[in-house]
Amino acid sequence: MSLITIDPRKAAPFPEAAAEILRDTQLRKNVAHATDVIQYKRAAVVAEKDDWQALRDAGATIRKEALQHLDSYLEQFEQQFTRAGGHVHWAADAEEAQRIVLGLLREVQATEIIKIKSMTTAEIDLNRNLAENGIRAYETDLAELILQLGAELPSHLIAPALHKNRQQVRELFAREMHLPNLTDDPPALAEAARLYLREKFLKVKSGVCGANFLVADTGSVCIVESEGNGRMCLTLPDTLIAIAGIEKVIPRFSNLEVLLQTLPRSATGERMNPYSSLWTGVTPGDGPRNLHVVLLDNGRSEILADTTSRQTLQCIRCGACQNACPVYRQTGGHAYGAVYGGPIGAILTPQLFHMEHAQSLPYASSLCGACYEVCPVKINIPEVLVYLRSKVVDQNRGKLASVFNQERVAMKMMARILLSRERFETAQRIARVLEKPLVGKDGWIHWLPGLAGRWTAARDLEALPTQTFREWWKERGNA
Amino acid sequence: MRISLFITCYNDTLFPGTGKAVVALLDRLGHQVVFPLEQTCCGQMHFNTGYRREAYPLAKRFISIFKDAEVVCIPSSSCVAMIRDYYPELARENNDEQMVAEVKSLLPRIFEFTELLTDHFKLEDVGAYFPHRVTYHASCHGLRSLHLGDKPLRLLKNVRGLDLIELQDTERCCGFGGTFAVKNAEVSTAMLGDKVRSILNTRAEVCTACDNSCLMHIQGMLHRQYAGVRTLHIAEILAAGADQ
Repeated sequence: MSLITIDPRKAAPFPEAAAEILRDTQLRKNVAHATDVIQYKRAAVVAEKDDWQALRDAGATIRKEALQHLDSYLEQFEQQFTRAGGHVHWAADAEEAQRIVLGLLREVQATEIIKIKSMTTAEIDLNRNLAENGIRAYETDLAELILQLGAELPSHLIAPALHKNRQQVRELFAREMHLPNLTDDPPALAEAARLYLREKFLKVKSGVCGANFLVADTGSVCIVESEGNGRMCLTLPDTLIAIAGIEKVIPRFSNLEVLLQTLPRSATGERMNPYSSLWTGVTPGDGPRNLHVVLLDNGRSEILADTTSRQTLQCIRCGACQNACPVYRQTGGHAYGAVYGGPIGAILTPQLFHMEHAQSLPYASSLCGACYEVCPVKINIPEVLVYLRSKVVDQNRGKLASVFNQERVAMKMMARILLSRERFETAQRIARVLEKPLVGKDGWIHWLPGLAGRWTAARDLEALPTQTFREWWKERGNA
Repeated sequence: MRISLFITCYNDTLFPGTGKAVVALLDRLGHQVVFPLEQTCCGQMHFNTGYRREAYPLAKRFISIFKDAEVVCIPSSSCVAMIRDYYPELARENNDEQMVAEVKSLLPRIFEFTELLTDHFKLEDVGAYFPHRVTYHASCHGLRSLHLGDKPLRLLKNVRGLDLIELQDTERCCGFGGTFAVKNAEVSTAMLGDKVRSILNTRAEVCTACDNSCLMHIQGMLHRQYAGVRTLHIAEILAAGADQ
C-alpha cells in the first residue's frame, strides 16, 4: 500500500495547481455533480427548519464562547475525561502528536491500527509516520478506504473521495481487492468494502479516531458518521486514541442540542447522522479500556490570538462551504494543496503555517459569499479572506522584490491616482490614448500586455467610451 | 429629493451610459441629482486585494465628499457592500473615532440603485418600456451582502414589453471577483463559462444585473464567442421609456 501525503509548504500555488486540475474534465464533472447533490439535500432539510437562522446564531455563540475561554474549557475537559478513566495528552505540533501516538501504540505492541475518518490525523501525516515505524493503519471509512487503496489525497472534508465516481471506484476495488466481476452498483461496492474491512475490525486491537466535539463539562467525546464503520472502530479495540484540535471543545453537553442539528443538515443533508457516538471514559467490559485523547495545537493558539481571524476556529468541519463554493466546484479540493480545501481551507491552511506558506490560498476566492451564507456557525469567510490578503501584502511591503512586482506597482499607482480628482481625470484621458493601438476594428480589445493579458486570454474588453460620465456631466452644464 | 450620485470609478470611466440612465430615471421621477466632481473610488479594489492601507485614505475621501448628502445613490452593489461591510471595520482598525462616527451617520443614507427605488421610494413600476427578452444575473454582493432578494426582479417585472426569462443558477458567481479574474484567470474563466452557458440557454437578447463589473466579465466572453447577447445595467433598462 503506497502512502501519499500533502504538504502545503511544498505545494504549487493555487492558480498553477488549479490550471492543471481544470484539464481533468472527469474530475470537474464528478465534483460538480457531487456538490450539486449535497447542496440540494442540504437546502431541503434546512428549509424545513423555521428557526434555521436562530440555530446558526446559537451555533456561532457556542463556538465563540468555547474559543473565548478555551484555556479553562480545555482544562475542564482534561479533568473530566481523566476522572472518567481516560488520559489526556497535549501536543504543541504535529511532530509531538506523532510521538505521543507512536509511544502509546508501542506500549501495547501494536503493529496495526484501524482508523475512523479523521482530518486531524491527515493534518499531522500520521499514517506515514506510523508506517515508517512499522505500524500499518487501515482506513475504515469507505471514502478513506478508496483513497488509501488508490494512493490518493482527500479532496473534501466530509466526502474525501468526492472527486471519484462509482465507475472509478469499481475499477479500483476490482484491482486492489482482486474482484474482477465486481459491478459499479453502489450496494455491491459497499459490500465489497464491508467484507474487506470486517476482518480488520475483528482482528485489530488498537484504533485511532478524531473527534467532532469534546464536551468540557462531562469529559465526553462525540463522533458522528454515516457508515457505522466508525462505531466499530470506537467500540471494538482495546486501545483507542482520539486526536483532536484544541478548538474542538464545547462548553456543555447541552450545546450538542444545537450542533447535532446543524452539523448533519449542513454536512450531508441529513436530519441527524446515522451514527452519533458519544462516550465518557472507560466502562468495564464494554468498549476500549485504554483510552486517550491527544489535544493538538499545531498553530491554533496563534490563530486564537488574532481577534479578526479567530472565527476560523469556530469551524465544525461540515464542508457546506466547499459544496457552496463556485471555485471549489471547478477545481475540487486538491488544488488547495492541503488537507483542508475549499473556502475554510483557504483561510485555515495559511494560518496553520503562520502565513509563511500557502499565501496564494486567501486569493483563491471570488469573494462571492456563498460560504458565509451556508456556514452553520457563521464564520465570515470573505471577511477573513480579505484580512489574510492584507497580511500577505503587508508581509512583503518594503521588500526589494516588491519594487518589481507588477501588481504592487499598479496598485500603488492606482491608489495615488484615485486620491486626487485631477490625477484621476488625467488618467482617464491618458488611458483613452494609450489603448488606441490595442483596439481592434470592431471596437474591442482582444489582447492586453502583462497581467491584464490574463483577462484577454479568454475575454474581450470593450474600448473605452469617447466620453467619461463626468465629462458628459460637465458638458451637460450641471457642474 | 436631492440625490447625490456616486457613480463609482469604473462606471465613470467604462460605463457612462449607466450613469446617464440613473440621472435620466431619477429626473423622470422628479428628483434632483447632484454629482460631486471630487469623487473617485470607494477603495474596494485595494481593500479586497489586500491593500488595506491604501484603501483607508480612499474610504476617508469618500466619506468627506458624501458625509452631508441627503441620500447617496450608487449603481454598483459591490461598492455599496464595500462601504457597508468594511468601512466600519476600516475605521475601527485605524482607531479613527471620527470616521467611526461619520460612517455610522452616513450608512443609513447610502442606497444601491434598486434599493433606492424599492426601499426608499417604494416604487416597483418606474414607467419603463423595454420590449426585449431579458435575463437577470444576481450579482453576489447584491445578493448576499445587500440582500437585494427579488427587488431588482420586481422592478423588471413591471417594465412594459419586457419578457423576463429566469436564469438557471442565477445566484452562482460569474467568476469576476475583481482582481480574482486575473490572479486566478483559469478558474475565473471556467466559472464564467458556466455562467455564459446558462445565459445562452435562456435565449435572451439582454443579460442585466445591478453591477457592471459582473456584466463586463460576462460580456467579455459573450463577445469573444460572437454571441448575440448584450449586457445592460438594470438602470439602463429602467430608464428606457416609450419616448426614447
